[in-house]
Amino acid sequence: MSALLEVRDVTRRFGGVVANKDVSLTVRQGEIAGLIGPNGSGKTTLFGCITGTHAVDGGDILFEGRSIAHLRPAPIARLGLLRTWQQTRVYGEMTCAENMAISAREAQGGLLSLLGSVPASTRTRAGDLLAFVGLHEKRADKAGSLSFGQQKLLEFAMALMNEPKLLLLDEPTAGINPTLINGLIDRLRRANAELGVTLLVIEHNMRVIMNLAHRITCLAHGEVLAEGSPDEVRADARVLDAYLGVA
Amino acid sequence: MSRITDWHIMGALALAGIAGPLLLPGLATQIAFLWLMVVFALTWDMLGGRMGYNSFGNIVFFGIGCYAAAVVQRDAGLPYFEGLALGLLVGAAAAVLAAIVFGAAMLGIRGHYFAIGTLGLGIAAGEIAAGWDYVGAGSGMALPLYPGELGSRELFFCYSLFALAALCFLVFRWLYGTRFGLALNAIRDDHDKADAMGLRTTPIKIFAWSLSAFFLALSGGLAANMIGFIDPRDVAFAGATFGVWMVLMAILGGKGTLWGPVLGAFVFHITQELFWTYLLGWQRVALGLLIVVIVVFFPQGIMGWWAARRARAVS
Repeated sequence: MSALLEVRDVTRRFGGVVANKDVSLTVRQGEIAGLIGPNGSGKTTLFGCITGTHAVDGGDILFEGRSIAHLRPAPIARLGLLRTWQQTRVYGEMTCAENMAISAREAQGGLLSLLGSVPASTRTRAGDLLAFVGLHEKRADKAGSLSFGQQKLLEFAMALMNEPKLLLLDEPTAGINPTLINGLIDRLRRANAELGVTLLVIEHNMRVIMNLAHRITCLAHGEVLAEGSPDEVRADARVLDAYLGVA
Repeated sequence: MSRITDWHIMGALALAGIAGPLLLPGLATQIAFLWLMVVFALTWDMLGGRMGYNSFGNIVFFGIGCYAAAVVQRDAGLPYFEGLALGLLVGAAAAVLAAIVFGAAMLGIRGHYFAIGTLGLGIAAGEIAAGWDYVGAGSGMALPLYPGELGSRELFFCYSLFALAALCFLVFRWLYGTRFGLALNAIRDDHDKADAMGLRTTPIKIFAWSLSAFFLALSGGLAANMIGFIDPRDVAFAGATFGVWMVLMAILGGKGTLWGPVLGAFVFHITQELFWTYLLGWQRVALGLLIVVIVVFFPQGIMGWWAARRARAVS
């Protein structure tokens, strides 16, 4: 499997705080990669660096072999690299169906291509994907009126609507009703297997990430602490220490 | 019972727009101002209501339309109507160009900062016009006399402003039904998200402002001719009156809704005319109180208040 995303020695500072220090990681085409680490270890900052929200202070980021470290968020998204947010971001005053329609890939086109109504094929796809995440009944509701968990699902569906090559998910199960988590894991797997979306997932729920990810990277204090298969990472004493403190 | 659709309301308004000035010729000028207010509210709402950018500087495009018409009609040496037509075209082109330049510079600023920046824009434009001899400086400019017979002047401007308001409404109504309309709403609801989803937000925002500028400049050229005289601060770049009313009317009616700006313009203009007629001397005070009432009791506008009432009635 070839590398889809390569993060090479990325450093990002906020004033005197080094949020990411020489972080390197690789996401291979077609896999589900996990990113774990205690609170404040720099996971979300790394997402910001990859998707262009934060400029990197050092290092390089390659997507499909091409450097994206200097690009802004929108051009990066158009290359097929999207993210979701820990606190969810949806268009609150628009209906779920409208949220989906404006997230379609063709909405990224130029001005002229926007001067038409939403094509029937897009509407069908939006309906299918809303059904896929279990929100089809809510399609005419305002996105802002959904519960936090439902907004997470909507945001996930919006991302899929965009047909990304790589999707970065920031804590997809946080705030979701525990009884629905298994269903969500199943949907993430299906998005990966059936829609061909490579995933990089930040997750605090160890049961979820150990089940889901093929490979896991663990960050602590902004640096890569461990890397490997879920079993290897689980067995790594340094990972346990980072989470629980040294005994 | 069949539901009242947009088409019923549009039909009724078209009928009123055509028959109104004929039935009430004495009110032709007031009706013309009403359509001008509709254009003001609609064009402000494209940014303020649909895109979430509260502009206090849209009056600049109106003023550019006023001055472009006045200068072309003075200098081109054309007969009245040819001069007016050319003046409107030049004004629209100049305003669109200005919107592209200001947009590229200012639409990157968000929230209150954009509002304050555009407020400065309107004030600066008035001061520049008031100091520029080529456009009459502080003494303003007089427009050429309307050549038609007595009484036809009012009807001409009443119908041209009605046509402009109708065209503006129909174009905006169509646009809000396209993906462009959805993109505007997406920018309003979460700009960062829209960027992160790959939308081309900058050209979308500039295009929206240019469209507002286009219709405002046309209304400026017509209004300048209707009034017959432009003062830099009190007519063309009248930020404290026209510039504020634009915002008020859209908010009063319900910003971000199709009919809100139209309704707001009607309610505001009619109320204002009544104040002038029955409360002369106190009309400014009454207007100020009206503004307070709008902001306190109708923060979501009449359309928003109506929708909330209906939602309560259903549940």
